[in-house]
Amino acid sequence: MAKTLYDKIWDAHVVHEDADGTCLLYIDRHLVHEVTSPQAFEGLRMTGRKVRAPEKTIAVPDHNVPTTPDREEGIKNEESRIQVDALDRNAREFGVHYYPVSDIRQGIVHIVGPEQGWTLPGMTVVCGDSHTATHGAFGALAHGIGTSEVEHVLATQTLIQKKSKNMKVEITGSLRPGVTAKDITLSVIGATGTAGGTGYVIEYCGQAIEDLSMEGRMTVCNMAIEGGARAGLIAPDEKTFQYVQGRPHAPKGAQWDAALAWWKTLKSDPDAHWDKVITLKGEDIAPVVTWGTSPEDVLPITATVPAPESFTGGKVEAARRALDYMGLQAGQKLTDIEIDTVFIGSCTNGRIEDLRAAAEILKGRKIAVKRAMVVPGSGLVRAQAEEEGLAQIFIDAGFEWRLAGCSMCLAMNPDQLSPGERCAATSNRNFEGRQGRGGRTHLMSPAMAAAAAITGRLTDIREMMTETV
Amino acid sequence: MDKFTTLSGVAAPMPLVNIDTDMIIPKQFLKTIQRSGLGKNLFDEMRYDDNGHEIPDFVLNQPAYRKAQILVAGDNFGCGSSREHAPWALADFGIRAIISTSFADIFYNNCFKNGMLPIVLPEAQVEILMEDARKGENARIAIDLESQTVTSADGQEFSFQIDPFKKHCLLNGLDDIGLTLEKVSSIDAFEAAASQARPWV
Repeated sequence: MAKTLYDKIWDAHVVHEDADGTCLLYIDRHLVHEVTSPQAFEGLRMTGRKVRAPEKTIAVPDHNVPTTPDREEGIKNEESRIQVDALDRNAREFGVHYYPVSDIRQGIVHIVGPEQGWTLPGMTVVCGDSHTATHGAFGALAHGIGTSEVEHVLATQTLIQKKSKNMKVEITGSLRPGVTAKDITLSVIGATGTAGGTGYVIEYCGQAIEDLSMEGRMTVCNMAIEGGARAGLIAPDEKTFQYVQGRPHAPKGAQWDAALAWWKTLKSDPDAHWDKVITLKGEDIAPVVTWGTSPEDVLPITATVPAPESFTGGKVEAARRALDYMGLQAGQKLTDIEIDTVFIGSCTNGRIEDLRAAAEILKGRKIAVKRAMVVPGSGLVRAQAEEEGLAQIFIDAGFEWRLAGCSMCLAMNPDQLSPGERCAATSNRNFEGRQGRGGRTHLMSPAMAAAAAITGRLTDIREMMTETV
Repeated sequence: MDKFTTLSGVAAPMPLVNIDTDMIIPKQFLKTIQRSGLGKNLFDEMRYDDNGHEIPDFVLNQPAYRKAQILVAGDNFGCGSSREHAPWALADFGIRAIISTSFADIFYNNCFKNGMLPIVLPEAQVEILMEDARKGENARIAIDLESQTVTSADGQEFSFQIDPFKKHCLLNGLDDIGLTLEKVSSIDAFEAAASQARPWV
């Protein structure tokens, strides 16, 4: 029978199937961070259970860690310190792989996994974090889980799962200049809504997806969860294999050859069945920003703020509330919206290619906003950016050059917005209070965020590109 | 885990769509290393002003809903992060069931691990129950998990779907890990076979 990529990975990991279709699914990689794991490790301790496969479990603190240079002196916020200390203690006691704050390989868990070669095609990958979908860029079945499930995976290396439906999102043709992976993923959510993917695993395909780098593919899959999907997948290809080869935990020698042979079979059969298909033309996608408080509130940068009455059902009231929260008027041009702060980073856009794209816009220019920060996704991304001269470009432009962590994406550390402060952000969520109580978030690509930093307002990156030609 | 069998009580109306996990429990409360005690910060930014005083208009601050055990909510409830702190906070406040037209996937699964029942019903039925919820103590809603029904205040009965395994666990308060460990020989066998087939994992 013809199978999708999701079907193939699923079938390779079923440990046991009940008559009603409830499956026990084997988990190849379990990523752990400090916020959603303490109660899970405590659960193991209380029941006298061990971590079944510590060699497949990787822990790294990221959500709480400060990103200022003084973090080496210790975390000042007591609750954050207790949580990071708990991860430190749990990782050592249970013997899992661990990258402490002091390790240059420390960073956002979804950037560290691929970077270290833990994430490989055809794997099942879980983490107590919804943006685990990122790893789907490698053709791995990857999704977020709650803390009870974290404990379940620690104890059994399996999850109790029912299979999702198959959804294909095809982006045909090529992207126009100035349009990036972030614009693809936001545009898909704009088209389907934040519940459009509920009950599905998405496979992204089409020429525009194939043309993306691995970094770009990770950006696309990262936000599958914002579309409501359990996971996002992209079939592995030569780019994937090249990215993986030589990474510290990637297979080597004869094992590499065997792995490669299997990985090459990991694609959907031509006649596979799809429960839902969405197609967008790459040429039709514009540089986009969000205007509201849901990732589905997406519009091309050339648009105006919509009127709540232009929506239907419960969205009318939600849009009214969003405009009030965001301090915007219907009919206002998006490019007239002034920005206070710029945040470049996160598991969505904190990789080297993202920093290169932003630096290209910033080179030789100065920021016109109150503050701007770059938070590399890992210590290694930071080191590479310094080596390539990107760090100096950011610093010369007026950006703060930070250490790795989740930072202002969710503002659990001191990097937060003040009430009313408006931020151009490369992260993934524009929810009320997400970046700090009363903070106002506009999501966009790294290049668009850099452009906003220069002009002090939301800006069409394409105008800036003309200027540089 | 607490069993869930039947529940009859006051429901609080929250018609807003896309109520996300950052609304349910903002990130500053995720720094706990315990599961309990989050109820006082449930919906914190909607419930309290900048000085920590209750906002009287917020539904759970109104006298009729301070002890609500059911929420009737707008579409796509619980979207956003995987934080189980969201169902922990709801449960700690006293909410045992949530009724909506749809739930985000991870939140939905997390509810079952905490003795909470999320119920999906068609829009027209959710509207009827939302009207009941707006009447507070004057219109109690009844839920029966065994028969998979919700009964409105005026006796209209609505059936809902639920995965049989999840229902079984909730009715009996079963612990997933204990159930899975009964299949440990299957896990051993899978690992042995996988280490041959995919030794690089």
